Amino acid sequence: MVAPEVGAVPAKSPGSASRSARSRGRVNVPKRFLPVIATFVVFVATFGVGSVRYEGFASGQVMANLFIDNAFLIVLAVGMTFVILTGGIDLSVGSVVALSTMIAAAALQAGWPAWLVVITVLATGSGLGLAMGWVIHRFGVQPFIVTLAGMFLARGLCFVISVESVSIKDPTFRDLATGSIELPGGVTITYGVVIALVAVLAAVYVLHLTRFGRTVYAVGGSETSARLMGLATTRVKIGVYVISGFCSALGGLLFSLYMLSGYSLHAVGMELDAIAAVVVGGSLLSGGVGFVIGSVVGVLVLGTIQTLISFEGTLSSWWTKIVIGALLLAFIALQRIIVRRT
Amino acid sequence: MTVPVVDMRGISVEFPGVKALQEVDFRLFPGEVHALMGENGAGKSTLIKALTGVHPLAAGEIRYAGEPVAFTAPAQAQAAGISTVYQEVNLCANLTVAENILLGREPRKFGRIDGRRMRARAAELLARIGLHIDPGSVLESHPIAVQQLVAIARAVAVDARVLVLDEPTSSLDADEVAELFRIIRVLRDEGVAVLFVTHFLEQVYEISDRITVLRNGRLVAEHPTAALSRIDLVSAMLGREMGLLEEIERRSGTPGQAFLVAEGVGRKGSVAPFDLEIRSGEVVGLAGLLGSGRTEVARLLFGADKADSGRILVNGKPLRLTGPRAAIEAGVAFSSEDRKAEGIVADLSVRDNLILAMQAARGWARPVPRKLADELVAKYIELLDIRPADPDRAVGNLSGGNQQKVLLARWLVTQPKLLILDEPTRGIDVGAKAQIQKVVADLAAEGMAVLFISAELEEVVRVSDRVVVMRDRQKVAELDGDVGVDDVMALIAGGGDHGVDHGVEKAVAS
Repeated sequence: MVAPEVGAVPAKSPGSASRSARSRGRVNVPKRFLPVIATFVVFVATFGVGSVRYEGFASGQVMANLFIDNAFLIVLAVGMTFVILTGGIDLSVGSVVALSTMIAAAALQAGWPAWLVVITVLATGSGLGLAMGWVIHRFGVQPFIVTLAGMFLARGLCFVISVESVSIKDPTFRDLATGSIELPGGVTITYGVVIALVAVLAAVYVLHLTRFGRTVYAVGGSETSARLMGLATTRVKIGVYVISGFCSALGGLLFSLYMLSGYSLHAVGMELDAIAAVVVGGSLLSGGVGFVIGSVVGVLVLGTIQTLISFEGTLSSWWTKIVIGALLLAFIALQRIIVRRT
Repeated sequence: MTVPVVDMRGISVEFPGVKALQEVDFRLFPGEVHALMGENGAGKSTLIKALTGVHPLAAGEIRYAGEPVAFTAPAQAQAAGISTVYQEVNLCANLTVAENILLGREPRKFGRIDGRRMRARAAELLARIGLHIDPGSVLESHPIAVQQLVAIARAVAVDARVLVLDEPTSSLDADEVAELFRIIRVLRDEGVAVLFVTHFLEQVYEISDRITVLRNGRLVAEHPTAALSRIDLVSAMLGREMGLLEEIERRSGTPGQAFLVAEGVGRKGSVAPFDLEIRSGEVVGLAGLLGSGRTEVARLLFGADKADSGRILVNGKPLRLTGPRAAIEAGVAFSSEDRKAEGIVADLSVRDNLILAMQAARGWARPVPRKLADELVAKYIELLDIRPADPDRAVGNLSGGNQQKVLLARWLVTQPKLLILDEPTRGIDVGAKAQIQKVVADLAAEGMAVLFISAELEEVVRVSDRVVVMRDRQKVAELDGDVGVDDVMALIAGGGDHGVDHGVEKAVAS
């Protein structure tokens, strides 16, 4: 963007002088976008590898399938991004997804109308998020512990509803699940993809164009400073867990559309996938740095690796985990290098 | 004179068991720079916090612009036009300059933030204080000094009538201070009342119009700056004999043998190769501006940074300096300039902090006996006059000067042969400063080698037997014996340029 024009203060120390010289030489890319760009490059590269190795990989539908198969994860990653931007963490999202599928399946089986089911699920997820956020704020407990408790609580509640898998036969849900939207070029996507993309756009708007969103970044940058500046830190710190809870519930609804069943053991460990996507997408776990778009690309990278391995056919799906693990390490190393250079 | 914008009468503030302020009167007039002076614990911060609504009043009355007020939160005071800039930059380094100035009061259009108008408004505010940086740039891409100025831009963005600056200069170098003072003068000429807290006497005389001195929670004096001499100011602050400051005039010690010799030691991008010899029983001062390579020299000698050229001899034998541990084993101790981040452990007690380094030297299998620990702690608390003399007090609750003494004591416990002190007196009051200087002199007299780094030239010159001058990451000179502050200053400024005091030009008073 711009080399700091330190016109008024002569930058005397050699450190600052060389720093401004360095940023002057760079081609208009602010440093904070670098991790996102790096993730995007990795995505293009992995997709490119697939296109070269396998026939039919580089098709619009494979790309569309990436979104279809990961719509719920995109929504989860969006919610997780808010939490991580404040420097927090939410371990409960996978369990909340499972709980959402259970509530949806059981309520539909009991004959509830679909709209009421949707509202109930979203309210439950947001309520859980609110409760966790309140405990974190009120008692000053670390988010890790509180959301860990939330994770066990939500998972346990699933089993209270039913230990068996409950299939969804409701016509509205079935129609939503099987319905498809045709895009130009014969590519089809599901309603789930549309919902996920709307969630992404809403998140970008809130984070970048509202006071709430800017306060999220401020809290992540320095909570003390944010409070001294008179910002509404309490509202934001609790709010991000509500958003994450809401996103988990929404993700749970998409997941129940995807699986057409509710099951207590759905989405085990999915919170870690969401965190991985956010980190691969360039957000710092310490907070204050990151973009929703990065998290989306992070999900796409994870999805592409999975697709690659399914195209390979002979490889076990555990290879996905190994590659994701290696990628995570690589990204954290990359971030450290970028951070240290400044 | 006009009517005071802030008029505090008979202010008392009490904490459990402590009378922090007792019947203090304080007046602040529009268009003046008013220095609030006092030792640590004199009640400066408490007075500021009483004004801004952080502390409730036990007695007294505050009038602001003629009206009695009672703020209950800093946000209220700020909304009324009293803005505070703290010693540490309280901004979010990850956001842009414009956001930092306007966070919480961004211009909005239909509920969403109007980025263009925000940047325009920020640019206006920056222009008002004459700071020309891009409002869209990220705050952390600027040096600390500029960040501090951005904090001031934020403070005046609310049309502040009173600007409180709580030790804003403690981490700035001379040029940056000059820039800050230029901005203060601009604001003063616009009629803003500036309340300025600092430990640097020179700065007080350069910028302030009036001085209020506090001591032990009581008002000692209020004077026009021109009518109060330095010596009177210092004795008003200390309230005790100035003997201590005189006492540490250089004693004619006889330095022993060279303890540590550095030959061509340097590190790329950090400090150019330099030679340095430190003898037992002498104090070598290291002078230079912030960023001149002072701290880097210390870090190289301690092994905190790895040198990429040259060699270090200890007692004539080459030392393989693989890291701080090797340095400590060779008898080198390093007290860091950043005592909060790299020195003390704030949550541990004075005793535990003292024992830390000693325990490290003994290894984990040989705990320090409680009796020995108590003896040592008692000895150093007395020797260094650590207050309160309570070994179980968490170090974080001590004043800055006493924290520094604990840090010093911690290294003394290990009985080092070379003690490297990086800015041991920064941000602490005159009394503690004098005590630390005296301890340094005594240690050298007992045969310890000391490398003394300080931003304050007078201090370096007074304490040291030899002064090494750093400029632009190079060792430029080594001065023996009786040098004056002016000589060192000329070397630091270099090339006949008056780099040190070119900010002293007087602005036209309103």
